[in-house]
Amino acid sequence: MLELRGLSKHFGGVKALDRLDLTIDEGEIFGLIGPNGSGKSTTINVICGVYPQTAGSVLFRGELMNGKPPHQRLRAGLARTFQNIRLFPTLTVWQNLWVAQNSPGDIARQGFLPRWFGTTRRTRQEIAELLELADLGHKSDELAANLAFGEQRRLEFARAAAARPKLLLLDEPAAGMNSQEIDDLSWRIRRVRDSGVTVLLVEHVMELVMGVTERIAVLNFGHRIAFGTPSEVQRNRAVQEAYLGTSAAEAGPADGSA
Amino acid sequence: MAYYLGLVQLIGIHTLLGLSAYVLMLTGQLSLGQAGFFAIGAYSAGILTVIFELPVLPALLAGALIAAFFAFLVGFPALRVKGLMLVVATIAFSEFVRLFFFNLSWRVPRGDISVGPDSTNGFREIRYFVANGWSAFEITAFVWIFVILVMALLWWADRSRAGAVLRAVGEDELAAQSVGINLTAVKVAAMTAGGFIAGIGGALYAHTATYIDHLTFTVLLATFAIAYPILGGLSSVFGTLVAVIFIQGVLVEGLRFLGDWRNIVFGLLIIAAMNLKPSGLFDAPTARMLKRAVGLDGRG
Repeated sequence: MLELRGLSKHFGGVKALDRLDLTIDEGEIFGLIGPNGSGKSTTINVICGVYPQTAGSVLFRGELMNGKPPHQRLRAGLARTFQNIRLFPTLTVWQNLWVAQNSPGDIARQGFLPRWFGTTRRTRQEIAELLELADLGHKSDELAANLAFGEQRRLEFARAAAARPKLLLLDEPAAGMNSQEIDDLSWRIRRVRDSGVTVLLVEHVMELVMGVTERIAVLNFGHRIAFGTPSEVQRNRAVQEAYLGTSAAEAGPADGSA
Repeated sequence: MAYYLGLVQLIGIHTLLGLSAYVLMLTGQLSLGQAGFFAIGAYSAGILTVIFELPVLPALLAGALIAAFFAFLVGFPALRVKGLMLVVATIAFSEFVRLFFFNLSWRVPRGDISVGPDSTNGFREIRYFVANGWSAFEITAFVWIFVILVMALLWWADRSRAGAVLRAVGEDELAAQSVGINLTAVKVAAMTAGGFIAGIGGALYAHTATYIDHLTFTVLLATFAIAYPILGGLSSVFGTLVAVIFIQGVLVEGLRFLGDWRNIVFGLLIIAAMNLKPSGLFDAPTARMLKRAVGLDGRG
């Protein structure tokens, strides 16, 4: 499904990613973990075309993504969320999902028509399903800016799902969440996967990663230092040294995106 | 009476100018090029009615299309830059247009005299309305048909997915790209629409003023163009209209009795307005209050 070949991203002298090879199979929930600054967010940003890679290539469903702008990658089936939530604050919850929908036929037909009569039944039904997925049905006409933190996270998740992607990239979706919210998020991730979406989860919160992923790659200083099932990775000595034993508890909002 | 109708026409024309900047500002672009598009619309439509002797309606539409075409061309290079760089780039465009018309001399004989743009002396014979016996009232109605049409279209668009896309781009370009929005297409489309609206405004201006020269289209005019939506706020097209009435009707005309004090009070009132209503004269709370007052509630 997604194949990274020798992917490197250097910021000046800093090698945020250094010859990373990674293959994600269709239908799995793949975890990407690593200490702060290990290159996880950079990986997502390069996959989605926010940063051009320094070397290497991104292949998605056999198609070379190198050089394509983010909106084309989305149309190819790559959708993402952001580590620091990026909604459209002065749009309503409903509108946030509306602009993220991605079926060209419907857009051509309804692009310039007002919501009350210009939306197709499919559009309304899909948005209703997304609102239900995000548990935001009762807030549909609220401005995104007025949502609580947890609601904003859920809306962003639903917005990424709105494009009906083939691969969903989640950049630290559990940051700042309590146990209950993490359980909800696991359910949500599984539900999206069961609808046929592959998931790449970048996360610090081990409770979520260990519970929901099927395979995990561990990054440190832009290199992949381990790879395997959650239990294999947990037993891996290099991983314990680099990450799990020492800095897992310090998971903070700052990360290797710079 | 003629004075008041003239003021109403001016308010209509400046509303179009302000709305042309409003469309761009929805996408987060601050352009001082609107005076240039306004000038292109004014000169093109003037040349078409004076030299080619077209009726005013096709001349106006052609002027708006020509302005839109130039806006489209300017859109591609200009939108590669953002913020202050875009402001500078669009000032350069505006000045280029102004200097082009400053130098444009295209005189054709008409009876005993010659007509057409006469470089530094301006373009003096745009007398379509007078020659065809339009009353001041008819001219005012003609102007406002376009104002209302443009406002209705923008109000409509704001309730469509396209309008939400414009605002999405204005709020967060990275997030907009990540949900599949083509930034270049959206920004160039907004620039083109803005050029078209400014072109209509310019064409109407040329024909109501009957005389234009390059000094009309300076950076000051471009500053007014962006001042209206900034003062009026971006929550609705009505904000721009309210701001134009406030600036042109109340501040510029209403304060004339103050003589030399006018400019000082003008400045003070703008500062006061921006402090009291930081997100625009016609911001969301005001809109909600008005909606409740007329019994309409809920968003489109």
